[in-house]
Amino acid sequence: MWPTILIASGAAYALKLLGYVVPQRMLDTPIARRVTLLIPIALLSALIGLWTFVDGTTITLDARVPGVLAALIALLLRAPFLVVIISAAAVTALVRALGWLP
Amino acid sequence: MDRRRAILGDALALGLGTGVYAISFGALAVAAGLSAWQAQALSLLMFTGASQFALIAVVASGGSAAVAIATSTLVGTRNAFYGFAMAPVLQARGPWRLLAAQATIDESTGMAARYEDDRASARLAFWATAGSIYVLWNLGTLIGALGAGLIEDPNVYGLDAAAPAAFLALVWPRLTSWPLRAVAIVSLGSAVALAPFLSAGLPVLLAGAAGIVVGLILGVRAGED
Repeated sequence: MWPTILIASGAAYALKLLGYVVPQRMLDTPIARRVTLLIPIALLSALIGLWTFVDGTTITLDARVPGVLAALIALLLRAPFLVVIISAAAVTALVRALGWLP
Repeated sequence: MDRRRAILGDALALGLGTGVYAISFGALAVAAGLSAWQAQALSLLMFTGASQFALIAVVASGGSAAVAIATSTLVGTRNAFYGFAMAPVLQARGPWRLLAAQATIDESTGMAARYEDDRASARLAFWATAGSIYVLWNLGTLIGALGAGLIEDPNVYGLDAAAPAAFLALVWPRLTSWPLRAVAIVSLGSAVALAPFLSAGLPVLLAGAAGIVVGLILGVRAGED
């Protein structure tokens, strides 16, 4: 197990470092600036979709969905960060406890 | 001054949110057959939540070491793009650059991206978020790994909804125009649509690429708010 952990961690670090060693002048074009603005929005949105609606490789409707909806409502009400996260966990836990969704 | 305080408050809140989520990582890692030390090593060294979860998911399902490494690496590929986006903002040199690389995760990049108009705030957001999460993510992992026998199923507490909620909170303030909202919707929808057909890691990258292409077509401009 240790070799797996160390090799995977080394690969993860190498990927993180890769973005910093790309020559800066490659980034100094209008299109590169647009892409760098879009990267976090696009990738985080993709992760939100996967972590809300997908379990493994199956699209599912489970208690995470009402939880994330609660987070969305909290954001619309301009709630602070921690309130957003706690409302998601609380609603998901409640829906599970009531047995409405798995 | 107010902005500084707001950034530090949000960084702490994100740390607490992911710290709670890390408890479920520690518990699930031990349930997958890792020792508490091995779970802790992943949080200290790998320090990128989605890849850590991907690795223990493969181990738990009896997959080989090669598949576990390949899956976690593929899931972590987006960090290279985050580094690419953060390099001009941070302008880190020497040992700071090595540290910045380790600190490059979804949350630190997402927080920095909220202050695109103000480089000093973006840097503070990046480092404060990474520091807060590093400490609390590792503390949460420790609690989860040691208490694994006590928590039967961490998802009972809805912890699996904490991560998507935190990411939503990060992206939300950035969606200030319709082209940017379209990018988010296309990325989210295509990731879900691709998930049944591709192995872990690929849907994120392809859906992210689709969203970026949509953003370029719709003419999203840097500095647009």
